[in-house]
Amino acid sequence: MRNAPPETTPFFARDRDMHPPAYTPWYKTTVLRSPQRALISLEGTKSEITGPVFGHNILNESDNDLIVNYAKPGEGPIGQRILVHGRVLDERGIGVAGALVEFWQANAGGRYRHKKETYLAPLDPNFGGFGRTVTDEDGYYWFKTIKPGPYPWPNGVNDWRPAHIHFSVFGHGFAQRLVTQMYFEGDPLIWICPIVKTIPDEEAIKRLIAPLDMNNTIPHDMRAYKFDIVLRGRRSTLFENRKEGN
Amino acid sequence: MAQPLGYLKESASQTAGPYVHIGCTPNFTGIHGVYDKDLGSGSLVNDQTRGERITIRGQVIDGAGTPLKDALVEIWQADADGLYNSPSETRGKADPNFFGWARCPGDMDTGEFVFETIKPGRLPFRDGRLMAPHVTFWIVARGINLGLNTRMYFSDEEQANAEDPILARIEHRVRVPTLIGKREGNEVRFDIHLQGDKETIFFDI
Ligand SMILES: [Fe+3]
Repeated sequence: MRNAPPETTPFFARDRDMHPPAYTPWYKTTVLRSPQRALISLEGTKSEITGPVFGHNILNESDNDLIVNYAKPGEGPIGQRILVHGRVLDERGIGVAGALVEFWQANAGGRYRHKKETYLAPLDPNFGGFGRTVTDEDGYYWFKTIKPGPYPWPNGVNDWRPAHIHFSVFGHGFAQRLVTQMYFEGDPLIWICPIVKTIPDEEAIKRLIAPLDMNNTIPHDMRAYKFDIVLRGRRSTLFENRKEGN
Repeated sequence: MAQPLGYLKESASQTAGPYVHIGCTPNFTGIHGVYDKDLGSGSLVNDQTRGERITIRGQVIDGAGTPLKDALVEIWQADADGLYNSPSETRGKADPNFFGWARCPGDMDTGEFVFETIKPGRLPFRDGRLMAPHVTFWIVARGINLGLNTRMYFSDEEQANAEDPILARIEHRVRVPTLIGKREGNEVRFDIHLQGDKETIFFDI
């Protein structure tokens, strides 16, 4: 899958100023689900440095094409056709090869295909709303989909989620495990969303907003949005003077 | 002014939301025909897997004592010899019949998660001291802004737990039992409390 030898060093300490705190009462569900006590620091042992790695062999051909992976033959979902692409990098700027990226989203009307979803926008019979891919040797990934719609959600009486795509990412170590969301450039709902506003750092929010990428549109077919995802970096092997467990 | 370090920042976490199952376990939520089976579902063991078979069960419980019915739990553990099935494992080759990772959505009615697995072996801490057998847990759900990391140790490993360098550093000893899965026969019970008197210890890993 990649030529570089596997890396075996611990990860950089997580910069928690870049992440939402657990307790953000304006996002009401966090009130009873946020641990109240300090986390206990645990520098990387093998249990955190290692992690499951998935090969391209887990993928079906159309796992990264949400336009076709649930559609009936000859049909397709309603909505704006888009290509989402980018790289999974680590904090050193190095592409993360072989990273499993899973994504899920609402349909063009803002409705999820889920038993517990009650929003009155209709289901799209040709849209499942999820897919996955594995990054190439440089950390690149891409998938085709339709642009999700914004939707109202039960929090405040008039809270709306901006259009977004959920992402779950595996790097090479379990400590890199990350779930996040991608937003779309220019959406005014981003800046009034209680979930976006759990992130304390404005620059960190901007890094979750994918710009329109007119260089990578497919002419007469779909526009492109570019979304890079950054996972935690690893310490340099040069400074590893302690051999783990030896 | 100095040279810029040039490091990027980790992407900010966002909640997995109520519909994480669409993306991670679609078959569980009734969406069939796209993935043959949900990734990480089913037993972690096959006939050839080495080690002692155990079943881990538990719930993720909120500050009002209510089990979460929309959580997604993942585990990562070593094989029976304490080796991880990972390219970053340097100490030897792990059991090829044990991947060591699984995910389980909470049951839609009870919130219970279940893992059919083996008891992991011991492995060394960074200074070479042995850690007690443990399973790493990662929990996401609606209302959890950043995935929570914890470890489950085993109640039938009193001696190993007493020597464990991570457990040893926990100042508030009264909290240590929150990390111990209670073993009865081949069943290990591990409830994860997000808040309250029994709040589970979570790690900044
Ligand atoms: Fe959503």
